[in-house]
Amino acid sequence: MFVAKSIAADHKDLIHDVSYDFHGRRMATCSSDQSVKVWDKGDDGEWHCTASWKTHSGSVWRVTWAHPEFGQVLASCSFDRTAAVWEEIVGESNDKQRGQSHWIKRTTLVDSRTSVTDVKFAPKHMGLMLTTCSADGVVRIYEAPDVMNLSQWSLQHEISCKLSCSCISWNPSSSRAHPPMIAVGSDDSNVTYSGKVQIYEYNENTRKYAKAETLMTVTDPVHDIAFAPNLGRSFHVLAIATKDVRIFKLLPMRRESANSSGPTKFEVQVMAQFDSHNSQVWRVSWNITSTLLASSGDDGCVRLWKANYMDNWKCTGILRGDGSPVNGSSGHAAALSAVGIPGAAQMVVGAASAGRYFFPHLDSPRAGSRLAHLLPPPSLIEQIYEPDPSHAPQLRQRHAANSIIQPAEHD
Amino acid sequence: MHLGFEWGPGDLLVYETNYKLQGSPLVHVVRKDEDICSPILRKLFNESHLIFVGLQKIKEDVPSKNKKSQFVSISKNYRSVIRACMEELQQNAGKHSPDTHRTRRGGCSRSVSILLAIELIWNLCEVLFIDAAPAGSLLLHLLDWVRLHKSDVDARAREVLQSESPAQHQSYWDVVISLVLQGRMDEARQVLSKQASLRAESSSVFKRMDVLLQTMPIFNPTGTQTLTEFDVKWRHWHEECDRCLQDNTFASNRHLETIVKILVGDEDTILEQKELLSTWYHFLVTRLLFTHPTIKPPDLHYYAQSSMNMFLGPRAPPEPLDIILLSAFEFDLHQVIKDCSIALNNWWFVAHLTDLLDHCKLLQSHNLHFGSNLREFLVLEYASGLFTHHSLWQLAVDYFDHCPEFGRVYLELQIERIPLDTERKAIKVLRICEDRQMSEQVRSICKIMAKRALRNNRLGSALSWSIRAKDAAFATLISERFLQDYCNKGSFTDLDLLDNLGPAMLLSDRLTFLGKYREFHRLYGENRFSEAAKLLLSLMTAKIAPRGLWMTLLTDALPLLEQKEVKTRTTHALHSHFTVVKKLDEDIESTKTELLRLALARNLAMAIVKEGTIET
Repeated sequence: MFVAKSIAADHKDLIHDVSYDFHGRRMATCSSDQSVKVWDKGDDGEWHCTASWKTHSGSVWRVTWAHPEFGQVLASCSFDRTAAVWEEIVGESNDKQRGQSHWIKRTTLVDSRTSVTDVKFAPKHMGLMLTTCSADGVVRIYEAPDVMNLSQWSLQHEISCKLSCSCISWNPSSSRAHPPMIAVGSDDSNVTYSGKVQIYEYNENTRKYAKAETLMTVTDPVHDIAFAPNLGRSFHVLAIATKDVRIFKLLPMRRESANSSGPTKFEVQVMAQFDSHNSQVWRVSWNITSTLLASSGDDGCVRLWKANYMDNWKCTGILRGDGSPVNGSSGHAAALSAVGIPGAAQMVVGAASAGRYFFPHLDSPRAGSRLAHLLPPPSLIEQIYEPDPSHAPQLRQRHAANSIIQPAEHD
Repeated sequence: MHLGFEWGPGDLLVYETNYKLQGSPLVHVVRKDEDICSPILRKLFNESHLIFVGLQKIKEDVPSKNKKSQFVSISKNYRSVIRACMEELQQNAGKHSPDTHRTRRGGCSRSVSILLAIELIWNLCEVLFIDAAPAGSLLLHLLDWVRLHKSDVDARAREVLQSESPAQHQSYWDVVISLVLQGRMDEARQVLSKQASLRAESSSVFKRMDVLLQTMPIFNPTGTQTLTEFDVKWRHWHEECDRCLQDNTFASNRHLETIVKILVGDEDTILEQKELLSTWYHFLVTRLLFTHPTIKPPDLHYYAQSSMNMFLGPRAPPEPLDIILLSAFEFDLHQVIKDCSIALNNWWFVAHLTDLLDHCKLLQSHNLHFGSNLREFLVLEYASGLFTHHSLWQLAVDYFDHCPEFGRVYLELQIERIPLDTERKAIKVLRICEDRQMSEQVRSICKIMAKRALRNNRLGSALSWSIRAKDAAFATLISERFLQDYCNKGSFTDLDLLDNLGPAMLLSDRLTFLGKYREFHRLYGENRFSEAAKLLLSLMTAKIAPRGLWMTLLTDALPLLEQKEVKTRTTHALHSHFTVVKKLDEDIESTKTELLRLALARNLAMAIVKEGTIET
């Protein structure tokens, strides 16, 4: 991994969230400066800020895009106890000339009496639905019945979770086999309340969300939660950011009778648990096909986790943000300074690649020379890999049991 | 401080979100150091894609003997693509002047060295696994392998032979010995003859060497000779060489002495040629050539391991490439693939090689839910990487198509993320989805395009996309916008579309009405008043006309009422509708109402008179 470029976000305070749109051509940032900015990727591959406006009267925690089927729509949530829905309107021609776009507020959702900590759109097959959760422990599900009129939102469900809520994640599975499902994480720091992750499922008969499962083993505050795409599997996969990174597998258990109307019960298994951050973990997120999980923690690192085809999980990359020099990162420093951002030199994001060796420069690509020196300098390996040797897919430990691809039996 | 991040297509956005902010916060775009974006490797990706697709089409019913030769030729095709790519890279590297593009040149030679390693490993796998050469042929293939990858001998030989006095050239003996080490006896003899002609006094010695080199038996796999016969012959020759050594035949010339020691397989002497051999695997093959030319595949790993140890010595640890090659010599396929996926920074090699080996039925299947087997796991990784590229993603579709377990769901997840920058691109993506009956993705793409067109006030495009999406609600909405526009402007836009709706207009009532209403206008324009009136009437009686438009419809009917062909029945029907409209909508402008009433009365009168006249 390497830092290809850095963008001066021009927020006057901390950034709390960055969100890509569905196609990855736009992004939105939100900040303690109470504003949201929208960035568009130009044909040159550069990001240009096309809109920046004050959205709330408090820190904006999260910003998220609706599916493009519903147009260009953003939702934000804030410390000011509200969530808001924004729509981009096709502006005046002189706006376009200046490369600016215009966003107008369609609605403010004011039902919460405390800080709104997360906001997420439901999977698109459910229609245009927005979910918020708040510090007072309530999850609210809103619906825009007329997708052409985003100023009308009705509160469809209120789920009381009893614990202060910090994050929500919809199960993206659109399979008819699974009813809508949402996971809620709590950052309540009192460890005597166990089960900081609750899973709610929609019941067709009662038309209400009912608690399907509480992950009792999660006792520490949870700051982020993410369902993986289902991939047509019979079970669900949920990643959790708590004092460590955990990946749970939820296997729906067979119902005792076909017409039982209670929520699905799950067999909960821990697929993986990583404490390498050695500190509070703040974010977890899957890539598109859920082959990679990224996590970030108070250790100032982003770590990438990958399962091999045998379902063994391991770290495949670490990105450092503490400015400590990382071997092989000189090129990254150059990339940063090339952008010419003041302060970039101090803020080198050290990027190291694990599981992938760097090929050193060979002066002469003559066929006669040693073909390739595939091993990176030893110092790099030490930084790349986990201290636990069983995690290190090093070539020298050829028969390590936990390696990416299990050695096969000889025929 | 801590970092926040967000996944994007092919990159990761990372931002600082520490508690104390210094200056303006930054968002870093972090990429994986994969070779997907390298423009030079695009050729590799493009051309190997064709080979991959061809390989998937090899039919099961081909007899396995023919299949093997097919697989070997596919393997060679892959390698020739690597070679072509490498040569192009080397040419490009040569083109740049020394000062400019230092980083690019660095990237080039880095890529070349990766490709060289890839080709070297692939070639060895081809010999050992795909061709699976038996004893005898095995060594011949290994010799070819070494010759191909240690080709600087040819350049040096040419340089020596083209010099003014080849025998005096400082590299002369290096060349002779290098050729002998590679078993290229005829060429060695040719170079040696330059020396022999100069030294008349020792010509008999040179003659003796020439005979030894000439008579060295080489196994001929296509001939009738059995391996045992060859072995007997080879032993006889070996004894002959040994005798020459014992007799001190070549003691007068230390170079010839070295050569004869090599010929008898003296390991110390061969090892002394480290500089000329340059790699342990060259040493291995040379060693086998002069000690065990009938080496059997299962014995290979013993010689490989000991050759590596002897060549590298105790101090130098083996490098990843060494270990990969050693695993291959041990016939440990999984280890080769595993080590390659760690050592190389793209999935191209492991995905294609594993796929080929799998077709050769060389991999045991590991049926696990995550990536049904090794082959699929690697092909999925490679194809997912291609999907992050703005044009290579189209190749990835075929790779996903050939992953039976997860290919489909990966394609569904990836393809809906392709930015639909233009209508053309949207149609391209749409076609791929339609060909694969991915109805949800088809619907979604059309819906996104319809929504975007509507936002930009391109009603025609919005309507045709929503018809494609079979989105009745949206089609209704857009139809209403069309009718609204008509009411405001008195004319329709996008006539091409509206006149050719065909059965598509049945998607929603409002769209049907729009289509029919436009048809009415067309009939009217063509002076087909009777048909026009009938159509208008049927629109009213079928009750698909939106109530808000009834008045407009009746106004439209006005001129028709003045026409001669319109029948009494029509007028009656119109009149009854008019009454309904009037009841419903009390505040219809009175002038319009009066006008209508008048027109209806006139028409009725006319019709009665006319019909009466005809009857009598």
